[in-house]
Amino acid sequence: MKDDDKAGRPGQMQTELNQRKPRGRLGRDVQSKIGQQLRAMYDGVVSEGVPDRFNEMLRQLDEKKDQNEKGAD
Amino acid sequence: MPLDAALKDAMLAAVPSLRAFAISLSGNVDRADDLVQETLLRAIANIDSFQPGTNMSAWMFTILRNLFRSEYRKRRREVEDADGSYAESLTSHPEQSSHVEFKEFRTALAKLPPDQREALILVGASGFSYEEAAAICECAVGTIKSRVNRARTRLADLLSIESAEDFGPDHTTRAILAAGGGRG
Repeated sequence: MKDDDKAGRPGQMQTELNQRKPRGRLGRDVQSKIGQQLRAMYDGVVSEGVPDRFNEMLRQLDEKKDQNEKGAD
Repeated sequence: MPLDAALKDAMLAAVPSLRAFAISLSGNVDRADDLVQETLLRAIANIDSFQPGTNMSAWMFTILRNLFRSEYRKRRREVEDADGSYAESLTSHPEQSSHVEFKEFRTALAKLPPDQREALILVGASGFSYEEAAAICECAVGTIKSRVNRARTRLADLLSIESAEDFGPDHTTRAILAAGGGRG
């Protein structure tokens, strides 16, 4: 879009090749940047593990089940 | 309806990625956690229809996705969101650092059509194969591939990434610093 804006930015040399790519198709580096960002965002949540509420919920369901089974006997 | 310990463990093991999927879909942590909770309840209630030996995580993703879509259809009738402001409001959740680090990215993600968003997340972040993602979304493998491609193109467009440098070292470094600093 605005190639002029990029003049003088650090790392400029590495981008020269990419800028020759035709529009409408993503270069592999752009795809990989999007992939990195997506995974970093996703993995940030995954690394939070299992919130207590879910462990607690399953535990309560188990207790309820035990009570029902005892009641049924 | 007995739920044996191994099944329960497999369900809990799927929770972290189910949450990540739900947050990516809905853009909202509280809504996502409600979705995960509902998914667990449905999975437990329907455990008889789970085929032992198959992928528990994929099965639960399918349940969550269906729940999200039926909720989304309901909400869409309630909220007209012509300019995407609703989508933007969904992406803010300031109190949890890992959810704001990628605000710009999340905002862009929220603007994708749901079909494209879920395909991209399943393949690009959850690590499912195209075939698994197609099974979860109940569509053809080719459809998933084209949705993922369109999603990437649209994201690159929204984030104005034309080359790697546009998303460059500053962005990445900041995200890494924020990630490191936020969890200390």
